[in-house]
Amino acid sequence: MPARPKLSCRNLWKLYGPRAGELLRGGLPPPEGAIEAAGVIAAVRDVSIDIRDGEIFVIMGLSGSGKSTLVRCLARLIEPTAGTLLLDDTDLLRASERELIEIRRHRMGMVFQHFALLPHLTVLQNVAFPLSIQGVKRPAAEARARQVIELVGLAGRERYYPRELSGGQQQRVGIARSLAVEPELWFLDEPFSALDPLIRREMQDEFLRLQGMLNKTIVFITHDFEEAVRLADRIAIMKDGAVIQVATPEELVLAPANDYVEKFTRHIPRDKVLSVASVMAPGAAGSGEPVPAAARIAEVAEQVIAAPAPRPVVDGDGRVVGAIGRDAVIQVLLRQGGAP
Amino acid sequence: MHHRRRRALGWLALAAATLVLAFTDKDWLEAAGFDWAVDYPSRWELPLAKAVSGAMAWLLEDAAIGSVGFTDVTRGIAWAIEQPYRLALALLSTGFGGGATGGAVVPALSWLAVTAGVAALGHYARDWLLAAIVGACFLYLALFGQWESAMVTLASVLIAVPIGAGGGLVLGILAYRHPRFDRALVPVLDLMQTIPIFAYLVPVLFLFGFGPVSALVATVIYAMPPMVRVTTLALRSVDPEIRDFGVMAGCTRGQMTWRILVPSARESLMLGVNQVIMLSLNMVIIASMIGAGGLGFDVLTSLRRLDIGGGFEAGIAIVVLAVAIDRLSQALARRRPAATRQTRPPSILLRYPRSAIVLAIVIATALAGELAPALHAFPADWEVTTGAFWNDAISYINVRFFDDLEAVKLFILTWLLLPIRQFLLGLPWPWAMLLVALIAWKAGGWRLAAGCLAMAAFILVTGMWEKAMITVYLCGAAVLLAMVIGFPIGLLAGISPAASRAIGVVLDTLQTLPSFVYLIPVVMLFRVGDFTALVAIVLYALAPIVRYTAHGLRSVSPELIEAGVVAGCTRGQILLRIRLPLALPEILLGINQTIMLAISMVVITALVGTRDLGQEVYIALTKADTGRGIVAGLAVAFIAIIADRIVTAGARRARLRFSAGVTV
Ligand SMILES: Nc1ncnc2c1ncn2[C@@H]1O[C@H](COP(=O)(O)OP(=O)(O)OP(=O)(O)O)[C@@H](O)[C@H]1O
Ligand SMILES: [Mg+2]
Repeated sequence: MPARPKLSCRNLWKLYGPRAGELLRGGLPPPEGAIEAAGVIAAVRDVSIDIRDGEIFVIMGLSGSGKSTLVRCLARLIEPTAGTLLLDDTDLLRASERELIEIRRHRMGMVFQHFALLPHLTVLQNVAFPLSIQGVKRPAAEARARQVIELVGLAGRERYYPRELSGGQQQRVGIARSLAVEPELWFLDEPFSALDPLIRREMQDEFLRLQGMLNKTIVFITHDFEEAVRLADRIAIMKDGAVIQVATPEELVLAPANDYVEKFTRHIPRDKVLSVASVMAPGAAGSGEPVPAAARIAEVAEQVIAAPAPRPVVDGDGRVVGAIGRDAVIQVLLRQGGAP
Repeated sequence: MHHRRRRALGWLALAAATLVLAFTDKDWLEAAGFDWAVDYPSRWELPLAKAVSGAMAWLLEDAAIGSVGFTDVTRGIAWAIEQPYRLALALLSTGFGGGATGGAVVPALSWLAVTAGVAALGHYARDWLLAAIVGACFLYLALFGQWESAMVTLASVLIAVPIGAGGGLVLGILAYRHPRFDRALVPVLDLMQTIPIFAYLVPVLFLFGFGPVSALVATVIYAMPPMVRVTTLALRSVDPEIRDFGVMAGCTRGQMTWRILVPSARESLMLGVNQVIMLSLNMVIIASMIGAGGLGFDVLTSLRRLDIGGGFEAGIAIVVLAVAIDRLSQALARRRPAATRQTRPPSILLRYPRSAIVLAIVIATALAGELAPALHAFPADWEVTTGAFWNDAISYINVRFFDDLEAVKLFILTWLLLPIRQFLLGLPWPWAMLLVALIAWKAGGWRLAAGCLAMAAFILVTGMWEKAMITVYLCGAAVLLAMVIGFPIGLLAGISPAASRAIGVVLDTLQTLPSFVYLIPVVMLFRVGDFTALVAIVLYALAPIVRYTAHGLRSVSPELIEAGVVAGCTRGQILLRIRLPLALPEILLGINQTIMLAISMVVITALVGTRDLGQEVYIALTKADTGRGIVAGLAVAFIAIIADRIVTAGARRARLRFSAGVTV
């Protein structure tokens, strides 16, 4: 199942402070406590991750944990202090300015927390902007821009200026703009956190719909665990610049790497994260309509609880792998939001 | 506690000694062989002015890189500036093709066409109201017989502003891109903004000769620095996300600058352009000293002839022109295109109705000008002149209130001006330098003290001490008066929003007036002399102290005030114990600004016969004596810098104390 990594980084560091450079010259990693002693902030601390082709990789952590810095290092908007960074087979840290410009023009796209739309351009011009930067002729650029504007559901607003749009609409423009060049790798830095909860949900659905059609490799930042769980294939949890755990949402809930991760996952709706397979009694037999092993508890809870006896659980090929009963489901529902 | 009292005593003793030293006879000093301390001996002076003059002469006559002489460069610049100026002048005033005797082949734009043009621009920029205001301003110029001069002035503004704004933009971008260039540029800009305008005029005159080109160069030099600052600041404050977007979109450096940063910073940049415009208009009168024609020239000649009415009319015309251009440029800066949702009209005339109408008027009035001259040049017998009225009014006031005016003048002269003057001129220079160093050290440490001492020493060794003291005296008296008047007004504006609005309008108007204009009514009432200069300086320098006081009072955090209310303070106690002390740093900055404005105005008041450094520069200008002008100009700049650094350091200390010491 593991696809080959699209983007991978090894031992990535980003230090801020007057004597940041010297600190790593003595070899990696610097001795315990040396960073703090030098008055240097480690915004990214020894991060090694692989982002697989076509997955939604969510980076999450509290404010100030270094998410933005990490993603900006991955896009080389910020120069990492140390480490390696590969996009497919290209060493991004060795790439020349010219090569980087080419890569960014054709292979990367980014969506920003506060939209970063150009105020003096209309929606259409904003979306066509990355193309026109590349020298695409105006009719072609605008035709493509109209396509993506339609895709994000803003058809008819092409001639509006950003300030004439609501926050949600502005972010749709930001998304359309980043999609106009058909990037392989798509960075989104808290794209929805400036929006109201209702709009946020709507935008998440929209995002999933788009990804269903486009199938990009996505690095998505959020500090909202619920959002992470809804969208992620895998989640990386950051604290103080370091990545503590990389796992699927379900693994995070079932096997948190430490107390910190456990605290994070405590308040999320477990029934939406845990799969039937994770709570069933393996090997047991059930009766009645079978339920799929990959289904979330929330999807099957009602029918399992209503059933008089445990239901059989079947895997993707239809083989019975176990059974799930009322008690197991109720257990999951009861532990919702409470202490274990 | 004990310590503190002893220190206070020390300062008190110092002040007493200073006063005694200043006001007593200094015969004993001379008798004791210290006569050099009373008057700086001229044999100790350094011939700096001569050296500068010599260097300039060398530059002009001999300096060359390869076969390209320095004069070739200046000639090239002059040529490049002169061409567009000629064009603008022909368009607005002289017409094309004719000789000096008139009879142009293609006439200049008619007054109707120009007025329609600016009104259309006003409508494009904002609305009908602005169109009416701007149109009315230009009609005023025509009606009051200022049209010809106003168009000459407008032509020079039209050339100076793009050069100043464009040059400032480019320098600002360079400074933004190259931090090293920025570090080199900032001190130069600082100096340029404190050197009085007059000081530029001398070398410019020397390099470019008397004429409109010199005037344009001086105007551009004067008006450009704020644009440079505004540009770097505006580019720096572009949202970092937008900059990141530019990088992620794959912009090259050029695309980043011109397609992302500059357009995103457009609104702030336009405010910079507006400043360039206002400063250019500010220069109009001064520039006429080195060859600019137009309204400034009219004011200057009237002032010299003491033709109050004529000067007043031309001065008002400058203000009217300034108001029109200011409103127009501000509206253009704020203009935001709205989404166009209708379909485009088929015809180009319908798509650009304003341009079409203006173009029609231009062509019609140009053609009809032959038949009906009134359409082209505003007929002379329609013009109204108010010069006589103003002259009569002034004579009436002067006759009717002579005694009262004299009494006020005499009172201020005897009780404020003369004592300060006596004090400063009576102070032996070594003692004065010591005081400057001591105060600077107290405010900002030994580095500041050393710097201030060096600058004071420059003034001393170039033989400018006495003139500098007169400058300090005029300026100091003006700042004192400005504080006495401005502080209560600021207080009022700070605690009452209604008063604040009214005062704000008055201040805004005062600040759009070019500094020279202040002189005219004052000269009318009080004739020439120090008192006249004082009144003009106070009027010009009043605004900042009022603004900063009001702003400081208003920006005290409401929580602190609530804390005071809860603690049972009366309104008076809240004002005295909480708001004023917390507003002190802000107020100090206002005083600083007032000092700066006062110093820049002191130089201009040379025209009414003061005997200070300004006069020195003015004389240098009339004699085209570069060295003398530059040295005197630098001396003024140094006075300004000393005052600025000391007050700023004091304000910083005050701020530190409040942020750290609220727990006391
Ligand atoms: N330019 C900088 N100079 C110094 N320190 C910085 C700089 N940029 C970020 N930091 C520090 O690095 C740390 C990580 O910042 P970062 O912006 O990556 O956090 P974040 O996880 O994105 O937080 P948020 O959710 O608030 O966006 C913070 O402690 C921040 O203070
Ligand atoms: Mg962030």
